[in-house]
Amino acid sequence: MLEFWALVRRDLLLARRQGSATTSVAVFFVLTVTLFPLGIGPESSLLARVAGGVIWVAALLATMLSLDRVYQSDFEDGSLDLIALGPLPLELVALAKTFAHWLVTGLLLVVLSPVLGILMQLDSAAFGTLVVAMALGTPALSLIGGIGAALTVSVKRGGVLLSLLILPLYIPVLIFGVGAVDAAADGITARPHLLMLGAILLFSLVLSPVASALALRLNLE
Amino acid sequence: MEPGLDVTAAGQPDNETLCGNDLACIRGQRVVFSGLSFALPPGSVTVLRGPNGAGKSTLLRLAAGLLKPATGTLRWGAQDIEADREGHRRRIRYVGHLDAVKPVLSVGENLSMWAALYGARPQAQDIAGALAAFDLAGLAALPARFLSAGQRRRLNLARLPVAPGRLWLLDEPTVSLDSASVGLLEAAIRQHVAGGGSVLVATHSDLDVGATAHMTLQAAHREPADA
Repeated sequence: MLEFWALVRRDLLLARRQGSATTSVAVFFVLTVTLFPLGIGPESSLLARVAGGVIWVAALLATMLSLDRVYQSDFEDGSLDLIALGPLPLELVALAKTFAHWLVTGLLLVVLSPVLGILMQLDSAAFGTLVVAMALGTPALSLIGGIGAALTVSVKRGGVLLSLLILPLYIPVLIFGVGAVDAAADGITARPHLLMLGAILLFSLVLSPVASALALRLNLE
Repeated sequence: MEPGLDVTAAGQPDNETLCGNDLACIRGQRVVFSGLSFALPPGSVTVLRGPNGAGKSTLLRLAAGLLKPATGTLRWGAQDIEADREGHRRRIRYVGHLDAVKPVLSVGENLSMWAALYGARPQAQDIAGALAAFDLAGLAALPARFLSAGQRRRLNLARLPVAPGRLWLLDEPTVSLDSASVGLLEAAIRQHVAGGGSVLVATHSDLDVGATAHMTLQAAHREPADA
């Protein structure tokens, strides 16, 4: 277990030194959402109607933007060989790396989302739900995306391929994430949507490390 | 112990010996090598030679467990390495073509981060000792992006003493090393072997390490495999 946290610490330190991953994800998320009030006008009822959807779609795309960093650089400089030959099973390697990815990107999306809610004239009743839904949804995005990152690790410039693979798998998170926010804004309970998001998170938590490890083994051969 | 286990030279199974038996490897529908058998008993240095493309790197990755052989078995003592992959990973230390050096970390951090991933808890003096063994002592605080190719290679090799393993698998470790650094590598190999470890090293240069065995791979056949 110590090796698991050692890998998380290492990835966090690398992310902090490189800096660009966190910053570019945050800036992309904020900019994309900001485009909507500029594009469709400042009418608050219209903005409030699309707020949940816009914030979630932007979060999906921002997560996507950072996924190729999960394994790519370690694969290219040979570190992944050494990590795979280390004492930590590849399943836990995948889990540690996706967890670090979420800490670096997803957590920031959770923190930023209420600010963007204000910008999008989101109904004040929905702020709490938005944060809870993001907190449940973004780890699932990192976990599902990790599978795609592992599959495309040996593909040079695999960003487009990665998007094509992963975006369809993000649809359930999007549906229930937006559903939760809309339900809260309409004054009905968001509980079923949040429970579904929780179920997706638990499902991907089980599936993602196994699938990622399988994909990594194929790519390391 | 087990009947039919007669691959070691002494005729009795040695628990610290990696034995390959009738190994074949197919890469991209091409037979890289076949019918290959070897034994790496403790305290031995086996030098692996062969022209480019003969399968030296493939054999090392096979011995590390990164690749699976198409036929044949790899055993550590009496046990197939497939049966105990984690145990095998704890025993081997692999140094590949790529240096796995993170440019944003300092030289010392590269080494200590890597040791932590391997579950080793090196003290500051262990890290310093490993760096000194490869003549990097003065560079511990330097960001690794400023290292030359030879220094990066030495930093890669400095992993070996930090997290000790029984069997070293070295893939052309002398590439971009000057003659003094090659001397440091030879000293490290001799010390490892004196302590009962074993080494399989693929190289094109002459290493003065008292090699106990030589293995030469032939140039690969070009015809496709009947796969």
